[in-house]
Amino acid sequence: MRDTIFLIVLLALLWLAISGIYKPAILLLGLASLVLVTWVVIRMKIIGEEHNPTVFAWRLPRFWLWALREIVISNIHVARLVFRPEQISPRIVYQNVHFQRPLGKVIYGNTCTLTPGTVTVQLTKSGTVIHALDAKSADSLAELERRVHWLEGETDEVAAKDAGEERR
Amino acid sequence: MLEAIINILSWLLLLAGGAFGIIGGIGLLRFPDFYSRMHAAGLTETLCAICIIFGLVLQAGISLLTLKLLLILLFLLFTAPTATHAVARAAMIDEVEPVLSEDSPRLVDYEDRP
Repeated sequence: MRDTIFLIVLLALLWLAISGIYKPAILLLGLASLVLVTWVVIRMKIIGEEHNPTVFAWRLPRFWLWALREIVISNIHVARLVFRPEQISPRIVYQNVHFQRPLGKVIYGNTCTLTPGTVTVQLTKSGTVIHALDAKSADSLAELERRVHWLEGETDEVAAKDAGEERR
Repeated sequence: MLEAIINILSWLLLLAGGAFGIIGGIGLLRFPDFYSRMHAAGLTETLCAICIIFGLVLQAGISLLTLKLLLILLFLLFTAPTATHAVARAAMIDEVEPVLSEDSPRLVDYEDRP
């Protein structure tokens, strides 16, 4: 129920943000589409905690910032490899990952694919099969796993380490 | 003055985005097999898209258009990995053999793992 309310609020805000025209007739159309979409989603039974934007609270923007930095670094790394294709050493990496929620695994797999150099080939019950472009890309996976654990609120380790870096 | 700085920043971002798009395209041609080519394609859908969108955001200023551009970026960053994963998984199921370095485990070892 709580997730449904979050979804409705999110959809309403999204519609208001994208529409930009606030006349009664148009607003009524928006309301109609909101009701229709919510009905379809409830019928399909696909509402879950991923529709709750506050599930990771303040940790999410920080994780995004870190992911953005990782994306920039790995992009430059892969761009360099494009000009030296003889330096790549593609490999398959199998990682056992255990997160609290299925959502953690999805975030892990998605972020892994989002950083060039690593692509999630398969998600299994116990872990992930990942294709990495070279050893350096494969090494970044351990850090990603730690960050997702931190995102789920299991540890405060990364936060402590970050604070240490900022002080230096 | 400020306008000029914002314009130059925006041009630099747009040019960087374009450059990464082209590098991604070159990588698509130069890498040896299907799986490594996916990584090159990854360049065009991440930093290329991010740079171009932020370059356009600087042009748009603070407006509804900026919000729309950022939403486009958000949806792109959510859906692109899903599509890449779907393609990779399809290749794996279709038994496309990756070119791997000698010290790496084979892909076959992990197929049909419960």
